[in-house]
Amino acid sequence: MLLWRLARHALNLLAIVLLGGFISATLVRLAPGFDVDEQQLDPHLSAASIQALRDARLRDRNIFRFYLHSLQRAAHGDLGTSLSLRQPVRTLIRERGPLTLRLVALGLALAWAMALALALSAARLRIGAYDALTTFISGTLLCIPAAVLALLSVLWNLPGSLAIALIVFPRVYRYTRNLLAKAYSLPHIVTARAKGLGEGRILLWHAIPVVGPQLLAVAGVSVSMAVGAAIPVEALCGLAGIGQLAWQAALARDLPLLVNLTVLVTLVTLLANSGADVIGHMLRSQEA
Amino acid sequence: MSVWRALACAVLLAVISVSLAAQWLAPQGYAKQYREATEAAPSRAHWLGTDEIGRDRFARVLYGTRVSLLLAPAAALLSTLLAALIGGLAGYLGGAWARLAMATTDLFLSLPWLFLLITARALMPLNVSPLVSVLVTFSLLGILGWTTAARVLCASAASLARSDFVLQARASGVPGVRLFWIHVMPNLKPVLYAQFWISIPVFILSEANLGILGLGVAEPMPSWGSLLRELEGLVSVGEAPWKLVPLALLVVVVTSFQLLLSKQEEVAV
Repeated sequence: MLLWRLARHALNLLAIVLLGGFISATLVRLAPGFDVDEQQLDPHLSAASIQALRDARLRDRNIFRFYLHSLQRAAHGDLGTSLSLRQPVRTLIRERGPLTLRLVALGLALAWAMALALALSAARLRIGAYDALTTFISGTLLCIPAAVLALLSVLWNLPGSLAIALIVFPRVYRYTRNLLAKAYSLPHIVTARAKGLGEGRILLWHAIPVVGPQLLAVAGVSVSMAVGAAIPVEALCGLAGIGQLAWQAALARDLPLLVNLTVLVTLVTLLANSGADVIGHMLRSQEA
Repeated sequence: MSVWRALACAVLLAVISVSLAAQWLAPQGYAKQYREATEAAPSRAHWLGTDEIGRDRFARVLYGTRVSLLLAPAAALLSTLLAALIGGLAGYLGGAWARLAMATTDLFLSLPWLFLLITARALMPLNVSPLVSVLVTFSLLGILGWTTAARVLCASAASLARSDFVLQARASGVPGVRLFWIHVMPNLKPVLYAQFWISIPVFILSEANLGILGLGVAEPMPSWGSLLRELEGLVSVGEAPWKLVPLALLVVVVTSFQLLLSKQEEVAV
């Protein structure tokens, strides 16, 4: 059963990446200015050189041929060359990936720690004022654009990972709080509490098994949120990661680089979601 | 209606009314430069001071609020209509159509929203007139923001398509197209309204993010996103607190929408 689920996820992933890659290649091909190369305006180039440049562009006119060509190169590890930075995309990703990975991982860990701590305390204490205060904090953070939180983190010299945490935290907190509040009102947990079972045991033995699989699903989605948050945080905090690279590529209309980054990020978020789904399935089947 | 919801409604109405009266409250317009008073502090002539090239900040906030508050609902309307058409039809037709629509929504939803937005925005020419940049930015939000709503609408339409009254209408010989427009779509209205309202604050925040990153509305046209770019040059919050007015306004408006939405979200899921 688990193997079947894994295979289904892998097939799904492959189909989405291929389809996404095709759509991306189509967008690059159809984007205004694709057929034009700045080099063609160089007065130092001879007519033959300019013709050669035009011929090179003509080869990629057919969308399907362009996609197959891109796919073949990608299969050999060649992701193309950035138009604005004049460097192989693969090198750029290898150089900048680790920073984004560290930033996102730390941001996620902080966001989850804050969300779980506040949601658990709100569910356990059940004090109206405390619940209102935590809801107010998360609600306010939810209403501030991610880029403004990044700017404020620069202003107050806060680390980029904290900015990512503050962007992800309110979304995670909302779900976690609602899930825990619902779990704590379940009849068997109310009975356990009435019989005098300790709060720690109620949480570990009764609440976590109920909300665990759903929290895992939220964890998968939170990866996507954190990766998205990396763009404004890295761009505005001056951190040389994948997010900043994507922003620079967008400003320079460096489509080959941007499309490769988008496909990579899609792959990461899909893997995170599939991983969360498979672990959730394992937990559920173990419980059954 | 709760007190908070009534308050949120009043705040939104007040902000929209004031922004609509921009040409009377700030007749000088958003682009006029007072070269003798650049980076000026608030005064009787300039209630919120001026920016680095001497434009009246109060006028820019009013006109920017108008752009963001009028076009975010327009983008929400576009995305809701697309969601109704794609999700509603897919749910009603079922089978391969529903699977295809859901696979497409999965593809869109697997992309982080901001990545998708900046990629799509980069595909459009960046060096365009301010009016075109406004249209491009908000159209993109509308065209790319339909997926979540389509998923909800697909599920609602599928459940309606299996309901007794639709089965009875079909058995009575009502043609498919008429069945969809007369019997299914009107019953999707509450979900459509909810999705429309939910999309507005999402689009306001997205435009703000794009604007701060320099990928939104082009100068000199103001929007909340372009107004918030000013925060980039801030050395400390206490240095020029009036520069935070657009942020405060945005937070108040989005909070008001969130307060109004608490009821809508129950319908949407």
